[in-house]
Amino acid sequence: MLHIHCPYCEEYREEEEFNVIGEAHIIRPLAPEAMSDEQWASYLFFRKNPRGLHHEMWAHSMGCRKFFNMTRHTVTYQILETYKMGLQPSIIAEDTQ
Amino acid sequence: MKQINRVNNGGRINRDKTLVFSFNNKTYQGFEGDTLASALLANGVDVVGRSFKYSRPRGIVTADAQEPNAIFQVGSSQATTIPNPRATQTELYQNLACHSTNGWPNVDFDLMGAVGKLGGAAMPPGFYYKTFMFPQSMWMSYEKLIRKGAGLGCSPQLPDPDSYDKLHHHCDVMIVGAGPAGLSAALSAARAGARVIIADEQNELGGSLLCTRQLLDGQEAQVWIDKTISELAQNKNVILLPRSTVFGYFDHNYIGINERRSDHLGEVDHNGTRQRLHKVRAKQVILATGAHERPLVYGNNDVPGCMLASAVSTYINRYAVVPGKTLALMTTNDYAYKAALDWHDAGRKVALIVDTRASSDGDMVKKALQRGINIVFGHAIIDVKGSKRVKSVEVAKLNDTADKVVGATVSYVCDTVASSGGWSPVIHLSSHTGSRPVWRDDVQGFVPGKTVQAQHVCGGLQGVYNLSDVLKDGFSCGAIAAQEAGKVHGNDFDDHLNIAPAVDEFSESAPMALFHIPHFKPTSRAPKQFVDYQNDVTAAGIEMANREGFESIEHVKRYTALGFGTDQGKLGNINGMAITAKSLGKTIPQTGTTIFRPMYTPVTFGALAGSDVKQLFDPARFTAMHSWHLAQGAEFEDVGQWKRPWYFPQPGETMQQSLQRECLATRNSVGILDASTLGKIDIQGKDAREFLNRIYTNPWSQLAPGKCRYGVMCKEDGMVFDDGVTSCINDNRFLMTTTTGGAAGVLGWLELWHQTEWPELEVYFSTVTDHWATMTISGPNSRKVLEKITSADVSNEAFPYMGWIPAQVAGVKARIFRISFTGELSFEINVQANYGLHTWEAVMAAGEEFNITPYGTETMHILRAEKGFIIIGQDTDGSVTPQDLNMNWVVGKKKEFSYLGKRSWTRIDNQRSDRKQLVGLKPKDPNFVLPEGAQIVLEKDQAIPMTMVGHVTSSYFSACLGYSFALAVVKGGIERKGQSVFLPLADGTTVEAEICSSVFYDPKGERQNV
Repeated sequence: MLHIHCPYCEEYREEEEFNVIGEAHIIRPLAPEAMSDEQWASYLFFRKNPRGLHHEMWAHSMGCRKFFNMTRHTVTYQILETYKMGLQPSIIAEDTQ
Repeated sequence: MKQINRVNNGGRINRDKTLVFSFNNKTYQGFEGDTLASALLANGVDVVGRSFKYSRPRGIVTADAQEPNAIFQVGSSQATTIPNPRATQTELYQNLACHSTNGWPNVDFDLMGAVGKLGGAAMPPGFYYKTFMFPQSMWMSYEKLIRKGAGLGCSPQLPDPDSYDKLHHHCDVMIVGAGPAGLSAALSAARAGARVIIADEQNELGGSLLCTRQLLDGQEAQVWIDKTISELAQNKNVILLPRSTVFGYFDHNYIGINERRSDHLGEVDHNGTRQRLHKVRAKQVILATGAHERPLVYGNNDVPGCMLASAVSTYINRYAVVPGKTLALMTTNDYAYKAALDWHDAGRKVALIVDTRASSDGDMVKKALQRGINIVFGHAIIDVKGSKRVKSVEVAKLNDTADKVVGATVSYVCDTVASSGGWSPVIHLSSHTGSRPVWRDDVQGFVPGKTVQAQHVCGGLQGVYNLSDVLKDGFSCGAIAAQEAGKVHGNDFDDHLNIAPAVDEFSESAPMALFHIPHFKPTSRAPKQFVDYQNDVTAAGIEMANREGFESIEHVKRYTALGFGTDQGKLGNINGMAITAKSLGKTIPQTGTTIFRPMYTPVTFGALAGSDVKQLFDPARFTAMHSWHLAQGAEFEDVGQWKRPWYFPQPGETMQQSLQRECLATRNSVGILDASTLGKIDIQGKDAREFLNRIYTNPWSQLAPGKCRYGVMCKEDGMVFDDGVTSCINDNRFLMTTTTGGAAGVLGWLELWHQTEWPELEVYFSTVTDHWATMTISGPNSRKVLEKITSADVSNEAFPYMGWIPAQVAGVKARIFRISFTGELSFEINVQANYGLHTWEAVMAAGEEFNITPYGTETMHILRAEKGFIIIGQDTDGSVTPQDLNMNWVVGKKKEFSYLGKRSWTRIDNQRSDRKQLVGLKPKDPNFVLPEGAQIVLEKDQAIPMTMVGHVTSSYFSACLGYSFALAVVKGGIERKGQSVFLPLADGTTVEAEICSSVFYDPKGERQNV
């Protein structure tokens, strides 16, 4: 059970209030029609699955209903930071793929 | 009946309060303060169960959570029975009734015993894998027999009469274990001002101090315990939790505690909470869980009367029970001598102490010699004689390396064997969070390894066993934890290390690292040497697994079932690893480590559920008209959490008759549906229209205020995931409806895109599902009904199809939407939910002359299917595009923005001509209703496996059409109209159907436009 700091509520809340959405910083292409099938499929389906630090998007569904980002260690479950949507992490996960 | 093993004085029992209890239908007596195990031992009960595989008689081995044998079915009724609690941890109460879980038909005469003895030699490790897995189809039959024989306990068959609840806590320092380490940690942490919770699984706080004869500050340990508890209890920052097992240690210092509040009072009728689940988020966690004594592994070490040395001491000192007449003690260390001293001082005979070491001159040894007890050094008990109770032991000399027996054996008469192979720290909780334990040679055990939790360990858990060191360790650990939790200490920080009470210590010689006692025969031929009692895993079995190539301890465990019982191998795992290490010629750390998972000991479902049961587990949602539906005798269907009327049977009607009546009434006159449960989202803001353009597949730019439009939403992969009608209230405001089950998900979907991709759009979402009550009147007479209760002009000219108007209906402010899910002339009346029932009743009164007929979800499904209208999640499954649904008309071709889903439709896979497409099906037999889910094939007589080309998604009998019909998805189905397909059914028959248009009724759509 994670103890999560919501960057909008600015306090720690229980995991029960949150939902994990998936990998963070997946940006929707501005011109989808200009993309090849392969590029589009990469945006649609391909996600990282690192052993180590991972940037994830979460939602405070049972709280302020804001989406935000989290840098989490997938082995130890340590949360290094949470940050608002649109911001960049201060601790960057090394790209292992 | 006399308690033959009870000593006349001493112990922490109340001799003035006699408790009567029954075990396997025989009545016994014990005292308040007893555990079930101590009371059985007091009564001289030797056999408490039968073993899993060999069905050997088994007795009580331990006095704690490690107990593998004395696990019972406790409780007097099918409502109160509990499977598999450990008798050693079950407090005795008046009229307690219990039975052995193993042993069928009973423990003294065991039918499976014959099977076990017969099969014993034929049941090597891996037996189940080798024998029962083939043929696989027979496994279910084997399993029934094995389960019956094994008797893993029975679950209760009637509802639990007790109540349970949950509490959430935050604290600075959570201390697990209230022995000498935990209590002293609590003292120093609390004195530093920390908020402290201390929990212990036993009924009294004190841990090992409860059965020690060591003095603290020159007084009995109880004096210090009382003083300590009194100080802690008076501190409002401290919560003391006895009878509370910390069963799990989870991420981010989250602790689960099961507090048993009234189990010890018995099955009495009480108003309180039986068990409470505490969920604690702690800034700092101190684990002070101590250590468990390890038995030695020797021949026939499972004969009743073979016990742990510390358990013998505990029964004597704490419960005033000497569990036998004559004791033989085998030990690798000085500490276990206490058992023999306690036994001797209780006035019974110690036959001998067998010390596996060459010598020892510790104080304990000297005390034993002073009492004239016979000590044999350099020897071991290699075998035990007896079947239902120890009769004698065989003692032989060990070689220097203690891996061989040298010389002849000598027999000693005794009825109890106490053994001690040293101590294993209770690392269970520390490994719950993924931390790997590490082996320490100086401790001869695993201790907690590195962790990312804010965790501290002290006392026996890190191999500190000497009592004065344990107390000092506890004080310092509590002080450090409080400091790390942010509590500022004064200059007296160091003083915390020096306030531990003085202990009369004794000198000890070094213990010996020994786990497995050799026999003069090789292990495979020696008498059975049990490692894991609960699963009948022997030293020979482990060696055989090693010989068969299972070298990783994880494989050995799974192959032999070592550690897979309800005790999770607390007693045997380390010995099993040591035997594996020895047989492979490795060290224990090279062999691997052992990880324990939650629960530390089993937790009842009742405690985990708390009060979240029945309606509080899964809340039901009701519409404003629910009471009316109930009064009409409606049958209900669960749609998400909603209770929706399914159909409204009249007296004597079958369901099919009701549906036919409801369908015909709606098509021919007027029907009414409670549609309140449809999701409704109020969307506002100057960019609301643009937002809809991006979310929906169809265009919204031209939708004028007062108009409605049906829309389909796709995920970015192009697959349909929700649909509904959205109405323009004004240029900055829209009301979106969603499917009943999809409402919450759609709101989340809108918020996701707005917050993450298009925050520049000014748009706001608010769920208004519960704010409105919605009733749909549908059918050719619906306008006539509506006209009676509103003054608004609802003519086709003033109020055409796909529009909405504000109006007064039955004296209430309303919004009327002219949309239709039945294909008939329809009006959806929305009023504030509080007026829902009033308005509904007014509509019913107005409709009486037209025989207005309430209908439920099933008739709604039939009527919409006759029109070929899809239901998301029934006719679609997340792999269906709008094109697959033959709904290209709902796809915007000219929209500027590349809306969600659009790009994916041009992916090669979505362009295939053999995609499954929505079509209608007409069975050849017009009365046969195809089963939903039935698979479709093109060739009737194709050999199995047949080529399946689709399946039925919706199927009904239509009273309006006069025949049965279905919707289905079929590969390339749109091009196959007119062709016959076949549906092989589960009963072996095959039916034929014709592919047709999915619109069966009023294909031109004229009836809704009148």
